[in-house]
Amino acid sequence: MNEEGAGAAAERNETARRLMVLNMGPQHPSTHGVLRVILELEGENICAAEPDIGFLHTGIEKQCEALTYQQAVTLTDRVDYLANLSNNLCYALAVEKLLGLEMPPKVQWMRVLLAELTRINSHLVWLGTQALDIGAMTVFLYCFREREDLLRIFEMFSGQRMMTSYIRIGGLALEPPRGWEAMVRKFIRAFPSKVDEYENLLTNNPIWLQRTKGIGHVPLEKLIELGVTGPLLRAAGLDWDIRKAEPYSSYEQFDFDVPTRTDGDVYARYQVRVQEMRQSARIVEQALDGMPEGPWKADAPHVVLPEREKMKTQMEALIYHFKIVTEGFQVPEGEVYQAVESPRGELGYYVVSDGTSKPYRVFMRTPSFGNLQALPAMIEGGLVADVIASMGSLDFVLGDVDR
Amino acid sequence: MLPEAVAENPDAVAIENADPEAIEEARFDRGETTLWIRPEKIRDVCSLLKAEQGFERLCAVTAVDWYPMEPRFEVVYHLHSIRRNRRVRLKCRVGGEEPEIDSLTSLWPGANWYEREVFDLFGIRFRGHPKMERLLLPADWEGHPLRKDYPVHGYKYSYKDE
Repeated sequence: MNEEGAGAAAERNETARRLMVLNMGPQHPSTHGVLRVILELEGENICAAEPDIGFLHTGIEKQCEALTYQQAVTLTDRVDYLANLSNNLCYALAVEKLLGLEMPPKVQWMRVLLAELTRINSHLVWLGTQALDIGAMTVFLYCFREREDLLRIFEMFSGQRMMTSYIRIGGLALEPPRGWEAMVRKFIRAFPSKVDEYENLLTNNPIWLQRTKGIGHVPLEKLIELGVTGPLLRAAGLDWDIRKAEPYSSYEQFDFDVPTRTDGDVYARYQVRVQEMRQSARIVEQALDGMPEGPWKADAPHVVLPEREKMKTQMEALIYHFKIVTEGFQVPEGEVYQAVESPRGELGYYVVSDGTSKPYRVFMRTPSFGNLQALPAMIEGGLVADVIASMGSLDFVLGDVDR
Repeated sequence: MLPEAVAENPDAVAIENADPEAIEEARFDRGETTLWIRPEKIRDVCSLLKAEQGFERLCAVTAVDWYPMEPRFEVVYHLHSIRRNRRVRLKCRVGGEEPEIDSLTSLWPGANWYEREVFDLFGIRFRGHPKMERLLLPADWEGHPLRKDYPVHGYKYSYKDE
């Protein structure tokens, strides 16, 4: 070959290997929020991927430092807006650990019940949107039908559908409303058959199988090193659930299984989350059957607001009320890290107190932040169309990532 | 010499045996172990804990600002062993005009974003990090918001006239 020919061949080669950079997001519908992924493509294949986050950063950790302990509860809802009660619970447990408060059994059981309803709620949104992203629209409509019932239940308890702030430091925000048991029982009786409905549509559906089987596989060791937690690890074969390993809020008294799969692909994650919904329904039923009698807040007058009646008749109650509302309660010096199993994985609150009524530092170890780091490992080497399946299976909430 | 509070803690004993200089201070409070590690030793201590004590997970990296104390920052590492169901908290005190500490990204790739976040919000640099850039805030942001001398409403905007 002469020199000219070699040059042309090299140029042709170069054109064939030229990479295209594609910006996916920040407003792409399958990112479920505002996430930007920078994809380097060679044809349909992904050579490199880099998530770009921070579009929803609102400085929640900084704001917590400017508020009193009980005021900061409302910010925890807004971190992960699909699992608000898990965040309330984790924060309340962390501050109660600092205060050395023990909760009455009814409070602990109510919290378990609400946390499990939250898990079902969150998994329903995940299942509906993942199916919708891949093209199965019916599932989405079914899931949101049940989610509506759940939101009604949350509204009944707290007056709010999403930002409930119902779990507070020292107990619950309000007395559980009249008729709550019947409402929850009606939902939970019907729920397993609803899960059957979703499974009928998806589990053996050939299109669903083709789009999810073998997609987004990452080996277990790599997932752990990347900081991934929750259903993603359980779908890769690790039997680890914080509710079992480090029980909190009396989870040790409930009988439930931790579903695992070994494939570590999108389909395995689907199976794990669907089974988790069934297990959560089991826990809610047990909580309904065995709900202990007793007070719905702790006997700690310096932390918990007194009842209205007492305030009108007792001097001490009036003083405590005035002090809690105006200056908050002081929390002894120290630091704690409290972890709970949120629907997305390990949710941890690291709270540092300097002895005043405002937290010195609140750090939120949010599961979505850790999980999203695994996205490049899942999609690199695959096809563009599979990015959406992998992203859906990560089940991140951008508020939870950016805080 | 190990402080009494953690004298029986197997992880602290392992660190002490490998390097008697590494632990500055230790505390056991509310069921949680905290070890203060000399900042220059953090990489060695972590690789020892990962390889020999079964801490396969770096749960999170964050920092606390104790302004106006000096050294003002504490970098906080939460390590977790799933196999042994144990947690330990390591802390390093760093300070000065340009606070710096070694990166752990070569041990745990997952440390990447956590360290970038700490740099973004506290201004602590991590030596050997593959991409020491801002993560959450825009690249041209001024200041590090989680520092205690940074006002909650920021420097740039005043709400007085509104």
